[in-house]
Amino acid sequence: MNIVVLVKQVPDSGSERKLDPSDNTVARASADNVINEMDEYAIEEALTVKEAQGGEVTVLSVGPASATDAIRKALSMGADKAVHVVDDALHGSDALQTSAVLAAALGQLEYDLVICGAEATDSQMSVMPALLAERLGIPQLSGARKLTVDGSTAKIERQTDGGYWAVEAPLPAIVSTWDTINEPRYPSFKGIMAAKKKPVLTLSLADLGVDAGTVGLANAASQVLDFAGRPPKGEGVKVTDEGDGAEKFVGFLAAQKIV
Amino acid sequence: MAEVLVLVELNPAGGGVRKTTLEALTAARALGEPSAVVIAAPGTAAGVKDTLAEYGAATVYVAESADIDEYLVAPKVEVLAQLVGEKSPAAVVIPSSPEGKEIAARLAIKTGSGFLTDVTEIAADGTATQAAFAGQVVVHSRVTTGTPIYTLRGNSVTPEPAPAAGTEQEVPVSLSDQAKQARVVDRVVEQKSSRPELTEASIVVSGGRGVASAENFSIIEALADSLGAAVGASRAAVDSGFYPHSFQVGQTGKTVSPQLYVAVGISGAIQHRAGMQTSKTIVAINKDPEAPIFELADFGVIGDLNTVVPAATEQITARKG
Repeated sequence: MNIVVLVKQVPDSGSERKLDPSDNTVARASADNVINEMDEYAIEEALTVKEAQGGEVTVLSVGPASATDAIRKALSMGADKAVHVVDDALHGSDALQTSAVLAAALGQLEYDLVICGAEATDSQMSVMPALLAERLGIPQLSGARKLTVDGSTAKIERQTDGGYWAVEAPLPAIVSTWDTINEPRYPSFKGIMAAKKKPVLTLSLADLGVDAGTVGLANAASQVLDFAGRPPKGEGVKVTDEGDGAEKFVGFLAAQKIV
Repeated sequence: MAEVLVLVELNPAGGGVRKTTLEALTAARALGEPSAVVIAAPGTAAGVKDTLAEYGAATVYVAESADIDEYLVAPKVEVLAQLVGEKSPAAVVIPSSPEGKEIAARLAIKTGSGFLTDVTEIAADGTATQAAFAGQVVVHSRVTTGTPIYTLRGNSVTPEPAPAAGTEQEVPVSLSDQAKQARVVDRVVEQKSSRPELTEASIVVSGGRGVASAENFSIIEALADSLGAAVGASRAAVDSGFYPHSFQVGQTGKTVSPQLYVAVGISGAIQHRAGMQTSKTIVAINKDPEAPIFELADFGVIGDLNTVVPAATEQITARKG
């Protein structure tokens, strides 16, 4: 079973994230960059399938040179090797363009299963499995809280409001995983040491046969015109409960015509 | 006037159109004349077309087939792509559910268009407003290629009726083999709730670590029920096993934007703020006066939730008589 896990490096969602006013893209250079939290569940799931059925786990990432940190993290958890697509022309690419690059990279790899996190915490679009399914002509098994791989079929429980849908498809397929699916392992010291020696293949757009004139900010199908910080809220009212807290709270709701 | 296609999102099991559909029809009117697109099992459109007409659908495209619900996402994309090809609409507006965003993404590839997800407003010139980084930054953006495709975040627009003809037009459904790969074999409901759905609710009452136990979440539920609200939970409460994950509000859970958000026993970590800070009015109840949630709150009560919440529930219930 050949499994490719998609990994994205993102600004830490626990820190203050910014857009770069010079071109309205995510300010990645100045950010505290980490592996997308949701991707760790995808890696764990890939390792679980590999441990049960054998095979190889390849990490695939599109991102700046600094994204090697996120890739090493994935390798230290136990992935076997990695492919890193780096090219200055990619700066400012949107989800559609990134999906075209990922699809081109996947075209050079052998895979039965592609797994990714259900969302990246920076863009929060949750569209990569749909985009890749469309580009590659493979089935989309997105939003999984459970994955079962049996021979040539994958089956997921797609998380829904108050329940799930059981969805199955033939392999190869692309699966995305929520944080309800497993508990990602911590890299062991041995794993961290081993990751340093694992192969990371760096590819450019030319290596993938992708025309640089189709990617990047200038060629995106959508454009950010401007941005601003959310206007600060006016100073709110704060009361200390002295037996009258509930009454004041309900009084506030009444003044807002909520009750 | 230019035609704008609006994909109709339905409640399960014949439950009519979702409020998000009415919001999408309302938002679409900024761009032109909305046409509703019903892509569903046979017999669905008959029950919803009057509502769609009431909210501005001049035309109701009816694409009905038993295959639609049998496969995930892809069938709806093929039907919509066919309609975009035939009608050359000014734009496509889709409710921003997980499925809606996936449909928008695949439709963008099929039609060679750009798409914007989770928009909160669409202006007449096509400029969309989005809340980036979980609401910390307000962004204006536009699609520059093809037919603009938008997914509209729930609760961003107030549905307003604008009666239109709602003329039915049948759309033949013929799906490729590729659309029939991911088969939905079962739909399972685990939590039946009479409460409104989190992302649709106009009031949300959420509990955090301060609620202290799963049993004690009953006081959160009681306050929610007195207000006709949905119940939410912080990640800390979910990770502690107090409440199920599907109710989690925050960065890795649901994003909500109700009229009123009541945060009970929630400190207000960035993880949580990410899911609720665009709420219109925010009330916080917390015993720690330094809790960061108070920075967001329009009204804050520093006190013990175990006394304040039940007392408030009682008073609200009494007012409603």
